[in-house]
Amino acid sequence: MEKIPKIWRENLITYGMVIIAYAVMQILISFGLVSRLVQGLLVPLCIYVILAVSLNLTVGILGELSLGHAGFMCLGAFAGAFFSKVTVDAITFSPVRFFLAILIGAAVAGLFGFLIGMPVLRFRGDYLAIVTLAFGEIIKNVINALFVGLDSNGVHFSLSDRAALGLLDDGDVIINGAQGIIGTPQDSNFTVGVLLVLLTLFIVMNLIRSRDGRAIMSIRDNLIASESIGIHVTKYKLMAFSISAALAGVAGVLYSHNLNSVAASPRAFGYNMSIMILVFVVLGGIGNIRGSMIAAIVLTLLPEMLRGLDRYRMLIYAIVLIVMMLFNWSPKILEWRERHSLRELAGRLRGRSKV
Amino acid sequence: MSFINYVINGLSLGSIYAIIALGYTMVYGIARMLNFAHGDVIMVGAFTVFFGVSMQGLNPIAAVFVSIAICITLGVTIEFIAYRPLRGAASSLVVLITAIGVSYFLQNLALLIFGANTKSFTSMVPINPVRLAGGEIVISGETIMTILSCIIIMISLTAFIKKTKPGQAMLAVSEDKGAAQLMGINVNGTISLTFAIGSGLAAIAGILLCSAYPSLSPYTGSMPGIKAFIAAVFGGIGSIPGALIGGILLGVIEILGRAYISSQLADVIVFMVLIIVLLVKPTGLLGRKLQEKV
Amino acid sequence: MTQDMTPLLNVTNLSISFGGLRAVDDFDITVKKGQLYGLIGPNGAGKTTVFNLLTGVYRPDVGKIFLEDENITNMKTMDINKAGVGRTFQNIRLFKKLTVLDNVKVGLHNRFHYSTLEGIFRLPRYRSIEKIMNEEAYKLLKVFDLENEADYLAGNLPYGKQRKLEIARTLATNPKLLLLDEPAAGMNPNETKDLMKTIRFVRDEFDMTILLIEHDMKLVAGICEELTVLNFGKVLMSGETNAVLNDSRVITAYLGED
Repeated sequence: MEKIPKIWRENLITYGMVIIAYAVMQILISFGLVSRLVQGLLVPLCIYVILAVSLNLTVGILGELSLGHAGFMCLGAFAGAFFSKVTVDAITFSPVRFFLAILIGAAVAGLFGFLIGMPVLRFRGDYLAIVTLAFGEIIKNVINALFVGLDSNGVHFSLSDRAALGLLDDGDVIINGAQGIIGTPQDSNFTVGVLLVLLTLFIVMNLIRSRDGRAIMSIRDNLIASESIGIHVTKYKLMAFSISAALAGVAGVLYSHNLNSVAASPRAFGYNMSIMILVFVVLGGIGNIRGSMIAAIVLTLLPEMLRGLDRYRMLIYAIVLIVMMLFNWSPKILEWRERHSLRELAGRLRGRSKV
Repeated sequence: MSFINYVINGLSLGSIYAIIALGYTMVYGIARMLNFAHGDVIMVGAFTVFFGVSMQGLNPIAAVFVSIAICITLGVTIEFIAYRPLRGAASSLVVLITAIGVSYFLQNLALLIFGANTKSFTSMVPINPVRLAGGEIVISGETIMTILSCIIIMISLTAFIKKTKPGQAMLAVSEDKGAAQLMGINVNGTISLTFAIGSGLAAIAGILLCSAYPSLSPYTGSMPGIKAFIAAVFGGIGSIPGALIGGILLGVIEILGRAYISSQLADVIVFMVLIIVLLVKPTGLLGRKLQEKV
Repeated sequence: MTQDMTPLLNVTNLSISFGGLRAVDDFDITVKKGQLYGLIGPNGAGKTTVFNLLTGVYRPDVGKIFLEDENITNMKTMDINKAGVGRTFQNIRLFKKLTVLDNVKVGLHNRFHYSTLEGIFRLPRYRSIEKIMNEEAYKLLKVFDLENEADYLAGNLPYGKQRKLEIARTLATNPKLLLLDEPAAGMNPNETKDLMKTIRFVRDEFDMTILLIEHDMKLVAGICEELTVLNFGKVLMSGETNAVLNDSRVITAYLGED
């Protein structure tokens, strides 16, 4: 029965890495050793880590491919920013307001995860991938065309233009179509980001090592067997998908409060963003939570570190990605690596000395 | 009358989607992979023609053939270098991510060579527009060319698969790789051939696309690639008539949606239709059902 | 060995067709409580299809399935398991990337509860229930001599142990009826002998009723009390093991096949 501490140790290493990285970064910053460029990357790094870890819950733990993660992030970003903008005068104590914004962002994204998950989780593999991609694009495009205004008569919606809101003179446009929300309070900072990373890790890692997490992983490993021992497959698929979506929503709130505006642009919330997060998950090791975190950090910093190479950096990034995939997964290369691994080499040397 | 014009435009765009979707559906059928780089081959095809004609003064017809040849070579090379080594990998996600890497690579290569500015593409279609109903209905030369190309490609591809040995080999490999191998079919060769055909079609689609919508950038192929895959899924992936029907429907829905509902929400409508079709018929309009054996 | 007369499993008129082919045709079976019952027949006779019908993987075209007094026809797979039917699979279906212990704990899923939040926040109920689940799981693993491999990944177990783990996982759901689909497939004679012992032990220790599909005649003759023979989807005959095995129709059906 000495096994539980082992899991604990694994989890503690993961938390420890985050805390140490945070502390080192703070010390470097206080000595003025961190460029503004890298400082500007700290909150995005936290966002990507949360996105990667939460997507891993769907892809690695539940075993279903989703290409719509950025859509849930978009929902969280707008729901949170909407709340903050509306209450910026009413709740002046920013930590409380931001905390509520995060809860709202998570709840809205999670709710949509649930609503979308219900019809689509019956699909599998590439079909699920394309359907989640479609939903992600729908969310982004609808929000991009959405106008929401507030006046003394209440809330007004429109999908065509600002004038169609028919606001009174005292009214205010909150979501302004393609321009999105302008004037969100900048409540995000590195410390909050790291706290949210820790919270995400806590939720995901503890979920995995619990009754519900085992049920989710059993579906991944063998759906038919899972049903045969009485697991409610739909329920647990939805649970994993919704929690994953809710955490993407948290990342979205962090995103929309990092700058003072947020727009539903393809760059921020399009399928390319979802794909980039998926790349983190796969390179970090499907199902490996700590791996997704590290991959998200390394792959975000890599193009920055290659900045000296300027125009070639994204090309190099692409080549590195392809080569890493081949090196890590090609059956022939894996076999070659097996034969030429250090352990194998040591074994051969030992074998020779015996003879 | 404008309705008829919209439908004609829709058929034209749909034909382009259908040509891309044909390549997608064949590659998917045989390699079981979402080839995210397929859309970027379209872009390469269009850039080759742009480079040849606008920058080197090449004869347009020669440029088209050069472009097809380059895309075929590119498709076969990509498969050989990036996808073939991953056949039999532990997770099907792996080859998907590699395809994304290839897509990034092609986009950034084009970015490096041609820059990020959108190029204006000169139409390759030497046909004059046809005016009907006293000039109220206009059918552009590009539309005529696109729809004609689509029909010719459909017919020849169907004949190729039904009547020729390599075509039959393709069917066999997509059905069961192991069994095909045992029957003495050159599986690797057949997969290469499929990528060659798919990429050649992508080149044609790229040229037609940029002739009809004359702006070209390194990201030009990305969205049409996704849409074409949706068209393929919509029609039933692996099915050639399905790709045609899916492509045409998608094009018409997109153009009509843009005209009558909202230009910003046109893609939303397209994606909604895909989702509704799949919910009603999970294998697409003409797809076959596959069940896991217990 | 309690063998009262109420049938635990009562199946009547069960039929299903796939694309015009009658895979199972008018199938009847009655298994009494505590029985060790064999379902045999040549390859392709429809034995696994019967299991798939009994466990809701397929819906029958006609026919009724009763577990004691409960009509389980057309119920979902998971509800049939909750009603008390557990099964194993011909091609072993373990949760390969979970540990041996966790495989059994997934089996315990519906018997021990705590909420998602209690799990995530490691509240007291999480701790106490997990402790009970571990104890229960270890009890089962000991029965199958798997306790030393508790922390191995299930996919890394040798074949024979994988079969045992699959039975242990199913027993964890506390079924009334255990369906074993070719439990001896792929085993050597020693492993088969060992398995026979285990099956008998399970029946006695857990008061279990067992219906098994088997090809290995020695195993069938060694442990089954009653048999039903299936041929071309139809019941060829049912009855006491020795009588069935010596019946000329059964012999022809098998020899004809070989």
